[in-house]
Amino acid sequence: MSLEFLLGGTILISLLFYAVLGGADYGGGVWDLLASGKSVKTQRKIISEAMGPVWEANHVWLILVVVALFTAFPAAFARLSLVFHIPLTVALFGIVLRGCAFTFRHYHGHGDGHAADEMEWRWGRVFAVASLITPLVLGVVVGGIYSGRATSDVGFVYGWFGAFPVSVGIFVLCLFAYVAATYLTIESDGHPEAQEAFRRRALWSGAATMVAGGVVLLAGETSGISNGRTGVSVWAVRGVTLVVALAGLLQVKKRHFQASRVLAVLEVALIFAGWGAAQYPYLIPPDISIYSAAAPVGTLRALTVALAAGAVVLFPSFYYLFYVFKREPVSQSKHYGR
Amino acid sequence: MSDLLAARSQMAMSLMFHIVFAVAGMAMPLMMVIAEWRWLGSGDETYLVLAKKWAQGTAILFAAGAVSGTVLSFELGLLWPKFMQFAGAIIGMPFSLEGFAFFAEAIFLGVYFYGWDKVSPRIHLLAGVVVAVSGLLSGIFVVIANAWMNAPAGFQMQNGVAIHVDPIAAMLNPGTLGQTTHMAIAAYASVGFAVCGIHAFLLLRRPGNLFHLHALKIALWVGGIAAVLQPFSGDMLARMVAKNQPAKLAAFEGQFKTEAHAPLRIGGLASERDKSTHYALEIPGGLSWMIYGSTDATVTGLDRFPEQDWPAVPIVHMSFQVMVGSGFAMMAVALAGLWFGRKPSELAKRRWMLKLLVAASPLGFLALEAGWIVTEVGRQPWIVYNVLRTSEAVTPMHGMIVPFASFTALYVFLGIVVAVLLIRQMRQSV
Repeated sequence: MSLEFLLGGTILISLLFYAVLGGADYGGGVWDLLASGKSVKTQRKIISEAMGPVWEANHVWLILVVVALFTAFPAAFARLSLVFHIPLTVALFGIVLRGCAFTFRHYHGHGDGHAADEMEWRWGRVFAVASLITPLVLGVVVGGIYSGRATSDVGFVYGWFGAFPVSVGIFVLCLFAYVAATYLTIESDGHPEAQEAFRRRALWSGAATMVAGGVVLLAGETSGISNGRTGVSVWAVRGVTLVVALAGLLQVKKRHFQASRVLAVLEVALIFAGWGAAQYPYLIPPDISIYSAAAPVGTLRALTVALAAGAVVLFPSFYYLFYVFKREPVSQSKHYGR
Repeated sequence: MSDLLAARSQMAMSLMFHIVFAVAGMAMPLMMVIAEWRWLGSGDETYLVLAKKWAQGTAILFAAGAVSGTVLSFELGLLWPKFMQFAGAIIGMPFSLEGFAFFAEAIFLGVYFYGWDKVSPRIHLLAGVVVAVSGLLSGIFVVIANAWMNAPAGFQMQNGVAIHVDPIAAMLNPGTLGQTTHMAIAAYASVGFAVCGIHAFLLLRRPGNLFHLHALKIALWVGGIAAVLQPFSGDMLARMVAKNQPAKLAAFEGQFKTEAHAPLRIGGLASERDKSTHYALEIPGGLSWMIYGSTDATVTGLDRFPEQDWPAVPIVHMSFQVMVGSGFAMMAVALAGLWFGRKPSELAKRRWMLKLLVAASPLGFLALEAGWIVTEVGRQPWIVYNVLRTSEAVTPMHGMIVPFASFTALYVFLGIVVAVLLIRQMRQSV
């Protein structure tokens, strides 16, 4: 196995972690926006308390992806920064507003009566809308990458402005919302009304994810985007993904929430595997591959060592964070925020 | 405004915004941990309240720091794609290490902020220590990358391409030791002084308040010790700059002519048109002595460099004077504060001392921002000193004024909100 393959794979897996952890935090924001029914306050409280201790750590996965990418494959990072300047800038706005609004809501909401409620509500809107826009735009970037439009002479708009990238954006948004909903059914244990609401949302968003995924596949195959890039193995992965997605929905329906969460994560992992396999060895088709964009071997070696050493520190720490805060559902734990 | 100037302004504004929160993420955890440690040692509940109060402030600051840091990691490419294409392989390593330090910081901040009643007091304190250490490491790693831009090492240029890339040698570049030391101390000095001033102000209003007295004591120790050490690290760094970037040092000092027996200029206005520095208080031979230990030594002036390779001398000189002036004022205040603060209750009785601490509280952040202007503007017109020009690295995108204006508006708005929230937080304090 070459260092290029190892590092490219590590970056893809880090992005997967960002999707199933950070992505779920965006999804939580979407469900905050769409909260409705009698248990609306409980729903928002559960979302907020589930995210509170972990969202900043979850967010760091994105930073790791960026720094590892520009260290190992600087030419790919430069190309991304050029072609996707506009959507990435919009995503940054979303990231800043989402994070700040989530924190500000907590502190502005403290204390005195109506004015505090009003501020809490406003920051809540900012948080929720930014949570909706950011994954959409990040998905558009992924769609632009996969579509093979991001060539060196493409300018600043064509690389991402099109039906296919936008359909990928919608797909990513549905997927994150689905993953979040499956987590939230567990976090809302003990609040039957909220749990039922999240269960319904998981069913709907899970179904929407499958439809959007189908549209992306169809668009990719019929428009020639995937031309010649999807062999048998890719189709095999896609078939398994479909089975896992259906099984996940079935578990949601049967109220086996632990199982549905595992299957939702597996579904995301399979989608990433399918994406990676269909694009291999290209980071940015049609011309930037893990080999053509790779840094000199000294850098690749040093980075591999650093990532391995970092992982030794990182995984136990993450395990501990989730062990402390996710042993019991938010709604049953005795802690009441900061 | 040209696209290059807009891109530079956006980078400058993003850095100046982020650095405020970045240093808070480095220094606040240390003070929280000291307060909590004092609580565990003494059983004095006031320290526990203080640790929690500081943790709340840190939570707000850290969130803004985390997201504005994300913006910067993307802006490296969005604004300077050719810089990243060239430098990513050479200097990406410290950024990657910073990624892990930042992971540790974010994970254990989660434990610290939300875990008061979920983990044992010892583990809680330990989580705080991890946060403080990884916060410091994050800062050091990022500054290593900046030091490399000033003193590039770990590669050779051949036909415009870097060969023989050695990322470890790049990290151990000649600027690393001086810059990381200076920045780490600056973080503790600036945050320590700011916090010190806030509690001194509240102590003036509520004399004898034990909460603010404890807070003042910790902040004074952290900020005071750092402020006393800082001029020495600055001196060390200036010598390194003299060796690695003589044009930059000449701009610091407004030294246009190469001369023996160069004076140390205090204040003054540097004029590129007249090629001299006016209205400065000059100490004869002072600069030669500070750099080379002899008043007769020759100091290289800007005249040795073509004008197209000069930084904006008036800005660099002015910022340098502001930084050094603030630094020495802080050192003096710190010495007085630490002397009279041997017994904190005595300190609280000297109202003039408290007023002095209030007056000095913005100096650290002033010096911090001025210092970053010194090092960044002073490196111009290079993005990588003597290797790559800023104008060659900028994105070919047009209309860069749009993102610059939008990010400025966003950050001004967020800055105001953070200030309002922190003031509310303090009003609610004991």
